[in-house]
Amino acid sequence: MLLREVEYARPSSVEEAIQLLSAHDGARALAGGQTLVNVMKARAASPDVLVDLNRLDELRAITVRGDTLQLGAMATYTQLMASSEVDVSRPILAEVAAQIADVQVRNRGTIGGNVCSNDPTNHLPPLLVALGASMTIRGESGERTVSADAFFLGVYMTVVGEGELLLSVSVPAAANAADGFSSITVGRDGTCLANAAASLSGASVRIALGCVDAVPVLLTPTSSDESSVRQAVEDAALDPPSDVHASADYRRHLAGVCAVRAVEQARERGA
Amino acid sequence: MNVQEPATSRTISVEINGDVYEREVDARRLLVHFIRDELELTGTHIGCDTGNCGACTVHLDGQAIKSCMLLAVQADGAKVRTVEGLAPADGELSPLQQSFSAHHALQCGYCTPGMLMSASALLEQNPRPTEEEVRTAIQGNICRCTGYVNIVEAIVSAGGKA
Repeated sequence: MLLREVEYARPSSVEEAIQLLSAHDGARALAGGQTLVNVMKARAASPDVLVDLNRLDELRAITVRGDTLQLGAMATYTQLMASSEVDVSRPILAEVAAQIADVQVRNRGTIGGNVCSNDPTNHLPPLLVALGASMTIRGESGERTVSADAFFLGVYMTVVGEGELLLSVSVPAAANAADGFSSITVGRDGTCLANAAASLSGASVRIALGCVDAVPVLLTPTSSDESSVRQAVEDAALDPPSDVHASADYRRHLAGVCAVRAVEQARERGA
Repeated sequence: MNVQEPATSRTISVEINGDVYEREVDARRLLVHFIRDELELTGTHIGCDTGNCGACTVHLDGQAIKSCMLLAVQADGAKVRTVEGLAPADGELSPLQQSFSAHHALQCGYCTPGMLMSASALLEQNPRPTEEEVRTAIQGNICRCTGYVNIVEAIVSAGGKA
């Protein structure tokens, strides 16, 4: 398909990328392109300038520093799946990355693109909220770190402002963390109807639900037993969208199912 | 700092199946159109043009990708392999292609170039894949004729022969 005319720049440093994003109205960062290029075809997005981040190898690094796993925003899903750092410090990230789309998409799609597009059916936003991740963002005026709970603002919207760039996502390293994830999709890898991530640590229970609101819904029930989890989902008074794939009622039901399954998986791992 | 100014077109140099092509391309041009329309390598197909069907799969620096979701300018400096690059010589087939023929792994043939590229990327990384590994590797390639059984058999049986 023919895209609308667009200007293209390929910076060779983060500073240059931020300068380009700040200097041009309608400029947008191009990460893996597995969402953006398609929405450009549909004219759902029409950036005037694409700032291609693919030569910024500094944004692809996956490192462990102390008790923090740091994931460069341009790390691909395939990289997450193959990373020994991820495997030893928070393996749920690799497991969930392996459930995203297909091999070709995983070879290009990035963690930064996934969270910045904030499609409510994406897997990583609820997972990162449940894990208590934080995002590091840089603009011309400096760098800031935002917790995942505060990062997502609305459908396709995050706190990353004009002229800013997401640099990395940090996740507490915990090799034996009791984490779980569950999703229900149309077919094996089709549209996601409901998903949930859970992370248990001591007495703390964090469950994040996806697909049921514009941003992940964080629940913190006092216990991880099934009735508490179901009650927490009910108390959240979810008002999910109805569409051709599922009614609001059905999505609400599935949210409870996914929450229970994610917590169950987390409990098995923590045991 | 020498910041490169954004532009609506760029001159790119890309190696495709061992040949280097230098062309000026519009920034909005998708890699699949560049390959098919500009270079007339029409083995790579366009199916859905939404990143779902996998008919446009090519290798970019050894990895299987969907060429309808990459801009041609992004392939600057890269090595691309298309289905035309699989056969060792004109009139010959690669072991994987022979296996597709022997197992009747195609009917209409539209998805075949993409299937072959996903399968060859798998076999390069994992020369003797299991059936499950094969099924995962072609998850992003849709075939509406065969029901996949013969395709999976063809790829499994090509294992170790590439």
